[in-house]
Amino acid sequence: MSTRVGVVTFPGSLDDRDAQRAVRLAGAEPVALWHRDTSLHQVDAVILPGGFSYGDYLRCGAIARFSPVMETIIEQARAGLPVLGICNGFQVLCESHLLPGALTRNDHLHFICRDQRLRVENASTAWTADYTAGQEITIPLKNGEGGYVADERTLDELEAEGRVVFRYLDRNPNGSRRDIAGVTNAAGNVVGLMPHPEHAVESLTGPTTDGLGFFTSVLKKLVAAS
Amino acid sequence: MTLDTVKHAAATPDTELPWAELGLKQDEYERIRAILGRRPTGAELAMYSVMWSEHCSYKSSKVHLKQFGEKAPASDALLVGIGEQAGVVDVGQGYAVTFKVESHNHPSYVEPYQGAATGIGGIVRDIIAMGARPVAVMDPLRFGAADHPDTKRVLPGVVAGIGGYGNCLGLPNIGGEVVFDDCYQGNPLVNALCVGVMRHEDIHLAKASGAGNKVILYGARTGGDGIGGASILASETFEDADGKPAKRPAVQVGDPFQEKLLIESTLELFAQDLVVGIQDLGAAGLSCATSELASNGSGGMRVELDTVPLRDSSLSPEEILMSESQERMCAVVEPEKVERFLAVCEKWDVIATVIGEVTDGDRLEIFWHGEQIVDVPPRTVAHEGPLLNRPFARPAWQDTLQADDAGALPRPATAQELREQVLRLVASPNQAAKGWITDQYDKYVLGNTVLAQPEDGGMIRIDEDTNLGVAIATDGNGRYAKLDPYAGAQLAFAESYRNVAATGAKPLAVTDCLNFGSPEDPAVMWQFAEATRGLADACQALGTPVTGGNVSLYNQTGEQAIHPTPVVGVLGVIDDVTRRTPHAFREAGQLVYLLGDTREEFGGSAWSQVIHNHLGGLPPQVDLERERLLAEILISASRDGMIDAAHDLSDGGLVQAVTESAVAGGVGVRLVVPDGLDAFTFLFSESAGRAIVAVPRSEETRFTDMCAARGLPAARVGVIDGEAIEVQGAFGIPLAELRAAREATLPALFG
Repeated sequence: MSTRVGVVTFPGSLDDRDAQRAVRLAGAEPVALWHRDTSLHQVDAVILPGGFSYGDYLRCGAIARFSPVMETIIEQARAGLPVLGICNGFQVLCESHLLPGALTRNDHLHFICRDQRLRVENASTAWTADYTAGQEITIPLKNGEGGYVADERTLDELEAEGRVVFRYLDRNPNGSRRDIAGVTNAAGNVVGLMPHPEHAVESLTGPTTDGLGFFTSVLKKLVAAS
Repeated sequence: MTLDTVKHAAATPDTELPWAELGLKQDEYERIRAILGRRPTGAELAMYSVMWSEHCSYKSSKVHLKQFGEKAPASDALLVGIGEQAGVVDVGQGYAVTFKVESHNHPSYVEPYQGAATGIGGIVRDIIAMGARPVAVMDPLRFGAADHPDTKRVLPGVVAGIGGYGNCLGLPNIGGEVVFDDCYQGNPLVNALCVGVMRHEDIHLAKASGAGNKVILYGARTGGDGIGGASILASETFEDADGKPAKRPAVQVGDPFQEKLLIESTLELFAQDLVVGIQDLGAAGLSCATSELASNGSGGMRVELDTVPLRDSSLSPEEILMSESQERMCAVVEPEKVERFLAVCEKWDVIATVIGEVTDGDRLEIFWHGEQIVDVPPRTVAHEGPLLNRPFARPAWQDTLQADDAGALPRPATAQELREQVLRLVASPNQAAKGWITDQYDKYVLGNTVLAQPEDGGMIRIDEDTNLGVAIATDGNGRYAKLDPYAGAQLAFAESYRNVAATGAKPLAVTDCLNFGSPEDPAVMWQFAEATRGLADACQALGTPVTGGNVSLYNQTGEQAIHPTPVVGVLGVIDDVTRRTPHAFREAGQLVYLLGDTREEFGGSAWSQVIHNHLGGLPPQVDLERERLLAEILISASRDGMIDAAHDLSDGGLVQAVTESAVAGGVGVRLVVPDGLDAFTFLFSESAGRAIVAVPRSEETRFTDMCAARGLPAARVGVIDGEAIEVQGAFGIPLAELRAAREATLPALFG
């Protein structure tokens, strides 16, 4: 039986089909999850895609966090289910307290869409095992509220525990503290980042295919575990 | 206040109504009385006034627009022609593509963010109303002088509005234009184009057939925004005689999240076959949607207006009929499918309400708490509005303008001066890099963007298995059109056609947004007549029908009209998007060929504007057969792998195109001025029907043989190499210097 990776659609999710495509290209079976679902339909991993869930009107990710599907995801993530939050998905994970910190308005106050160089700092999470630590990748970044913030103690802890997974190279695009582009939880099964690996899986439509490794990483981990 | 019912109107024939304030002329009001055989009610007057406005009725432009139908070339590709909410084109493999460009000029000047945002919202709803999934947007934008203080107010707001709405909707923004010119200072042009894709069998049209079918309004609640926007805001000036802003609240406010839900719910409704007819609510809101649906259908319609969900419970029935609240759609649904329809809307948290039904009569009847307030023949509202034959005349100043030949302007005398002028040109606001703007738009979402700005055209993959795709470009040049509106419209079309072909796609169909000054000025009306005639003739000559579009008049402040600005969008198809031709030079050693003829043509050119602040003479010659040949060569060369890059030549001439291709690819070019040309003409001429291509050495013979056999002039003008643009025997400019000059301009102006 093939590996099943769920992709949640909230009202206002935008990159859900793209995440499904990336899962498919990596060789797994994408499963559409609806925000009102309480069951995860036996998926082996979950992706929270980019977009503007519920319009992001209160605060990015703040309302999505209370959707029925998130209740189940939070519970199972704590039990080890691999979860990847991309952009708005990262914001939802922070709002859910599965990941520390928060995302704030870009320091230059504009939405920005560009190809962003990153360094993979931690290649041992469920979603980064196909990379090597220190590897540099380029994937698209597109957001208006991508500035990663946390208090100094949390930031120090993240650094000390190797939980900063990605760091921006060249130019910090949004004022993120310590150039942080993505972080993981202590167990390494939950990863969130602002840039979009699902938009770098085909040379035809993306700047590179550097993003494919996210999806093959989780696939290998799941196959190895089964 | 008593309700002005039909019965009341009949009983009080002498009651004065504010028809003049609503923009109607005396004879128009008389005609309404004649149609109804009595005075209209307040609600009827609201409907007629808004539907008979210039914006909704096209009363000044219609006599000219009909050429697009009369001269339409026979095209197998056209599935739905002009007149529907958007045209539909067959692109093969069972797919159909619908696309349309519209203006939101006046609202964007008054309230840049919301004006631009709701412009996107409106065009996207036109596309979903045809049954298509929207797949991309583009924005042709024109502003006043780049360094004018008011441009700093308008441009950042417009860009943020397009981004704020489009990004949140999940549609990639794949191209467009940004042009600065003093003539747009008080009248910026904010045009928006949307493309949608569907299967042939999914095409839906706006009509209400079948007595007993239910009329369902779904989407956002109706509020007090945009009331009278269509009839007043889009048609006349922004200020009262005493100078105070009078109509500011008339701009609508958009909610992209609601629109996203509307897209998804509508597509699900189509997929489950729950819709007989559908129409989006745009200008004139419910007045337009109910009268057009009824007019296009077989019978009449009865609407209970008090069932409409409201944001503001104090709205009067007239206001509800005129409200332009965004993110609303109106569908006609068979009674047995209503329950399923409502369930789909509930799934997406979209409010849906049955507000009426199709009748077997021939009247549109609207009731308010059981009392009839509208009883009209729907066609007289929607389709039989006034038609004007406005006088037009070639203005006296046209000859003077054309006699002021740009060819007589002083040219650079030394190589050093030539070099300086190149740098000034490529760094000027119109020619500079537009990243400050386009980086605020999401070009990646949906994962099918093959080409996006700054490429010649945007390209979208529409089938992931077969790699079928479409390319779209929009172009317009108000300076050319001012010098000669007939040629200017043809040049806009030719450039767009050429841009599509440069990507490797075959041009199929056209949409246009005709932005002009006041039709009450015979000179403007002449420009309009000439431009439509030019565009219709060109589309006929090249076999690409106009499928729809939009007219925006009254782009004028006082006596000062904008340049006539026809913006033309061309849609093309490409069988295999992996064969697309990008514009960037990549590989050192490849040869640069210039295709087409270069003449001393500087009228309306970027050079004459940037260096001499001059506008005069004649625009470049139009040769449509040459455009066709050039396009065929570009498409063949792409399909057979003979070229690795192509870039169309237009404003700024060859030096602009070479700079863009070199900087984008990060490699230099050594240029040689071909025999028979001087360096200045070679670099700055804007002769039409030209492109540059990068040819691998292994393909050179095959490529030049093809050009020779087909009779297309092809001159080898350079080699890709080094880290500078060198013009042999004249000067060189390092790429880093060109890049810095191009990229510094907009950030320096706008932050």
